[in-house]
Amino acid sequence: MTVTEVDHDRHRPEEIRAVPVRHPGRWVATAVLLVLLAMLAHSLVTNPNFGWSVVGTYFFAGPVVRGLVLTLELTAAAMVIGVVLGVCLAILRLSPNPILSGSAWCYIWFFRGTPVFVQILFWYNIAALFPHIGLGVPFGPQVLHGNANALVTSIVAAILALGLNEAAYYAEIVRAGILSVDHGQVEAAQSLGMRRIQLMRRVVLPQAMRVIVPPTGNETISMLKTTSLASVAAVTELLYSAQQIYARTYQTIPLLIMASIWYLVLTTVLTVGQYYVERHYARGASYALPPTPFQRLQGMLGSRSARRRVPPGDVPGPLSDPLRRQG
Amino acid sequence: MPVPMLLAEGVHKRYGHLEVLKGISLEVEASQVLCLLGPSGSGKSTFLRCINHLEKINSGRLWVDGTLVGYAERNGRLHELPEREVCRRRTQIGMVFQRFNLFPHLTVLENVVTAPVVVKGEARPVVTERARRLLDRVGLSSKVDAYPNQLSGGQQQRVAIARALAMEPKLMLFDEPTSALDPELVGEVLDVMRDLASDGMTMVVVTHEIGFAREVGDTLVFMDGGVVLEEGPPREVIASPRHERTRSFLSKVL
Repeated sequence: MTVTEVDHDRHRPEEIRAVPVRHPGRWVATAVLLVLLAMLAHSLVTNPNFGWSVVGTYFFAGPVVRGLVLTLELTAAAMVIGVVLGVCLAILRLSPNPILSGSAWCYIWFFRGTPVFVQILFWYNIAALFPHIGLGVPFGPQVLHGNANALVTSIVAAILALGLNEAAYYAEIVRAGILSVDHGQVEAAQSLGMRRIQLMRRVVLPQAMRVIVPPTGNETISMLKTTSLASVAAVTELLYSAQQIYARTYQTIPLLIMASIWYLVLTTVLTVGQYYVERHYARGASYALPPTPFQRLQGMLGSRSARRRVPPGDVPGPLSDPLRRQG
Repeated sequence: MPVPMLLAEGVHKRYGHLEVLKGISLEVEASQVLCLLGPSGSGKSTFLRCINHLEKINSGRLWVDGTLVGYAERNGRLHELPEREVCRRRTQIGMVFQRFNLFPHLTVLENVVTAPVVVKGEARPVVTERARRLLDRVGLSSKVDAYPNQLSGGQQQRVAIARALAMEPKLMLFDEPTSALDPELVGEVLDVMRDLASDGMTMVVVTHEIGFAREVGDTLVFMDGGVVLEEGPPREVIASPRHERTRSFLSKVL
């Protein structure tokens, strides 16, 4: 016993340098993938039908850029309606009053249960159902009224359809977020004398955000692409402007590729934004925040403070910059 | 005759058909410490939660400092209080939970400062100064900028006590404040509570710490099955319990 202990102290056993396990399967898979990638690259370069020069010509063309702006506007407007109405619906849905929670349930049931494509067409043709839209006393005289066709333009129809549909999904996201907050938090806030609104705003919603933000990014990205459905209502967003061009020039594939590239660019920007918003709401969370790409780069460049690794069980920094805090 | 800080008369509480409190009557004078002891499920925590109206009682009456809890009595009828009034009365009662329930998204200082600013509308600099003093008193002045998950259980519970004290309550309720702690962290929390008691705070403490009850408590109440079985000065109750149930409980926890 004592002998081995002394031994242990004097000669530390040498570092293990074992022969690693070979993975022939991985090598085969890698080779196959590389060949496929090479074929794809070859085709991208040599197949003239891709029409890369056409893609380049129209990429910053006036109608395309205008369509792009409209796509962004549609996305923003629909998400604002979706988020605001969704939060209201979620709070209604959690109300103890059965009429309030029941109405919210019915709304969600209806708007989630019908295709958004149908909803866009429906709003676009709303004038066939209600030729006149007015504001006034229920079942009484009307104060303001107008022609439905003039009020609900194709853009308004698209925003209404996309926003109201999004609200139904968003309500469920918010509800899940609120339910994810431990009930002890509500009790602690109540015992300090906070009213329902105060404890929602100060205690519950900030913590629910951690659950709400990632799906919100997802929904925004999804919305950005769903706006292309508005082309059916003759809204000249990104896809419809591309369609208008190839209807004239018959260069279908290049213009669809151009639209796809724009969608990819926009979703990439949103993905990066989502990453940083998520980090912001991870304050006080019990998991370690991964370094941002910028911090990783700093780490690779090897500044001394950045090179120190965060031990796995260590407590994370509350906001960004865990490396700087640790260093 | 001074009004007792807490007065309970025949308090009953049911969940559906399950009767958890079957007529609790007791009294706590100002600056006194009442320790509630009893097996789990005996209704101690439920009673504590009734005092600040986190639970509604089904019959009986509860008064805090002479004011009826949760209701107003007018012309012989009870009227439920609006939320605003319930909350205003809760500000006078501090509560400390078994699982701390600190707000994880706020720093230690913000945990203490938020409620007085948001609920009582006090000026932030004034509250911040008071919060720092309180955190210093519970021995955590070096942790003001930490987040709760960076603290040990004992430190978190001391922040929770400071958070409750920042509202300047007349009565403090402790719901098993040391039950979720590692044994070696229990002492630091009990020290803070002892200090608070000797400072004249009125306290109702649900606990399994017999030593604390004996040393700090003015009255010890033993509850079982929703009723008060025994009540008296802690040393007497612990040394010579009158009920068989109390005796067998004490023999297991001592």
